Amino acid sequence: MARAVSTQRKTITTAVAWLLGLMMFFPILWIAILSLKTEGDAIRAPIEVLSSVWTFESFGAVQQRSDYLKHFTNSVVISFGSTFLGLLIAIPAAWAMAFVPGKRTKDVLMWMLSTKMLPPVGVLVPIYLIFRDAELLDTRVGLVFVLMMINLPIIIWMLYTYFREIPGEILEAARMDGASLREEVFFVLMPMAIPGMASTVLLNVILAWNEAFWTLNLTAADAAPLTAFIASYSSPEGLFYAKLSAASIMAIAPILIMGWFSQKQLVRGLTFGAVK
Amino acid sequence: MKVRKSLYAATALALVAGGGAVAEELTIATVNNSDMIIMQKLSPQWEEATGNTLNWVVLEENVLRQRVTTDIATKGGSFDIITIGAYEAPIWGAQDWLVSLDDLGDDYDYEDIYEPVRNGLSANGSLYAVPFYAESSFTFYRTDVFEAAGVEAPTEQITYDEFAEIVAKVHDPDNGVFGTCQRGKAGWGENMAFVGPMVNAFGGRWFDMDWNPQLTSDEWKNAINYYVDLMNNYGPPGASSNGHNENRALFADGKCATWVDATSAAGYIFNPNESSVADKTDFFQAPKQVTDKGTGWFWAWALAIPASSGKVDAAKDFLAWATSKEYVELVGESEGWVAAPPGTRASTYANEKYLSAAPFAETVENSILAANPADPTKDPVPYTGVQFVAIPEFQGIGNYVGQQIAAALAGQQTVDQALENSQTFAVREMTKAGYIK
Repeated sequence: MARAVSTQRKTITTAVAWLLGLMMFFPILWIAILSLKTEGDAIRAPIEVLSSVWTFESFGAVQQRSDYLKHFTNSVVISFGSTFLGLLIAIPAAWAMAFVPGKRTKDVLMWMLSTKMLPPVGVLVPIYLIFRDAELLDTRVGLVFVLMMINLPIIIWMLYTYFREIPGEILEAARMDGASLREEVFFVLMPMAIPGMASTVLLNVILAWNEAFWTLNLTAADAAPLTAFIASYSSPEGLFYAKLSAASIMAIAPILIMGWFSQKQLVRGLTFGAVK
Repeated sequence: MKVRKSLYAATALALVAGGGAVAEELTIATVNNSDMIIMQKLSPQWEEATGNTLNWVVLEENVLRQRVTTDIATKGGSFDIITIGAYEAPIWGAQDWLVSLDDLGDDYDYEDIYEPVRNGLSANGSLYAVPFYAESSFTFYRTDVFEAAGVEAPTEQITYDEFAEIVAKVHDPDNGVFGTCQRGKAGWGENMAFVGPMVNAFGGRWFDMDWNPQLTSDEWKNAINYYVDLMNNYGPPGASSNGHNENRALFADGKCATWVDATSAAGYIFNPNESSVADKTDFFQAPKQVTDKGTGWFWAWALAIPASSGKVDAAKDFLAWATSKEYVELVGESEGWVAAPPGTRASTYANEKYLSAAPFAETVENSILAANPADPTKDPVPYTGVQFVAIPEFQGIGNYVGQQIAAALAGQQTVDQALENSQTFAVREMTKAGYIK
């Protein structure tokens, strides 16, 4: 039976939720506002900023100086490429762990997660040397590979959690009907796990899109994604707040739009399996 | 036009002399500042003249430092030209990480580059980076605020005590003008850039001749107590989070009566499009105290070629073009003389067009010529550098000490605690690095 909730309580909860939401969104809103100001106005007090002239000149200046399309293309290739490559490896791994667990499955899962706790800078030099010798520095292939490796534990963990919610009997029934392993995974397991897989893809694309350590350290001119595009407008000596804000908006806009349209799937996927 | 033509002619001649050299694609890693933006804008002229192409990688200063250090240390070869500062140039040059730049051609006028700038970018007698701009520090002040307070601007170098007296007189927070704005944000390139020369003025030094840290000396205590008191009494609120940019914005917005900072900010403060105090600002030397040695800092951004580059000849050709006298003229003619790269060449300061466009030119020149990285302190020291110590360990030590002083400024600890912590850290780092046995 549903619990009765008073109107007053509902109002308070809604107001708190809105307040928290606005607080979380405020930095992005302020960046958007600054991007529409001149450099001179962007550094003024908040009230003066709001009352000053609105202009698109920072977007024009950023576009004139940097090749947005090249950075954008690199971001798309690197984030989607690393996620899909990760899925190719993670689906069989998660299937095995969820449906044919061994004695050490839990340990393996924990070990995989523990690799996420290593500070990336600790392995920068060895990876840099490997990339140098393999001629992967400043290549999209190299970045796809390294971001896939970094996000692989999360992909496997997420898929493992979703797969565990699917009754093994259904897969068993498919096998009884003569389905091969490939058919079992592709035609039975994956369609049932689509909400979970969609949220895995979305979350990992976002993680790869925002990754700024490896994408800055392993690229130069050719494979630099939008993180490098933003970094090029940051400066401790010189005022570039409006241009930095414009570059940030241009960099996060695609992922914000993608997140907005797929929020239902994202939430559904993230809460998939919450009811035991 | 004349300049442009002569530049084309010179590069064309170089091409002919080169006997059909192959066009190269160079990757240049650089910081984001207005001088580099101008260079990026003008570089297609060099590309057209030589057939070479440039790929620009622009990064924030600290990110660039980390990125380039990794690449050079591992001989990654990702970059053919890099932007480095006066701190890295002598260290990396001594490590053979950079190509020597003593042979940029007969037409390249080395003697025209100021001697302190050349010395600051050299190691073991060789030049390892060529400057595209150099700066010292001096005091910006508001002429209208001084006049209203009945304060006469100094014509000679004053002491920090006299400076504090002036600041007290011009401090008028009720009308939105603070007596002084100085760097408070932690970092060896932020608050320590101001604190370092101030400690020099108070007679302090980072290390004695045996590399023992001197951070708990009376000189350091006097300097930091003075700094914290000055900022707490006459500075803007939240000064411990203000760096160069924040103070620059405050001064340009008319919120500060005085500001000791980079001479290179003068072009910005004097630009009426970006500053509301362009016609109400003047300058005097950074103050002294018990000594006038090392009271104005020295910094230069310069271009260098990593030893791992496979395109050294083309890279040298670009460096010779981008840091030449002719390039300064090109910038002056195309972007306006106030935007010409400051602080590097005597010819710039002999140019009437520059002198009339930049009223701060003479003060900047005097400050740069007065800065001597080789002899920065009252007592002898084993290091070079005015506001930094040119050893690899300084970056970590300078950042830590900067954090401690910022915490003292924010009231989170006492000055004595900050300096005790700094001394302990510095001793540990210097012992670990083998300077102290």
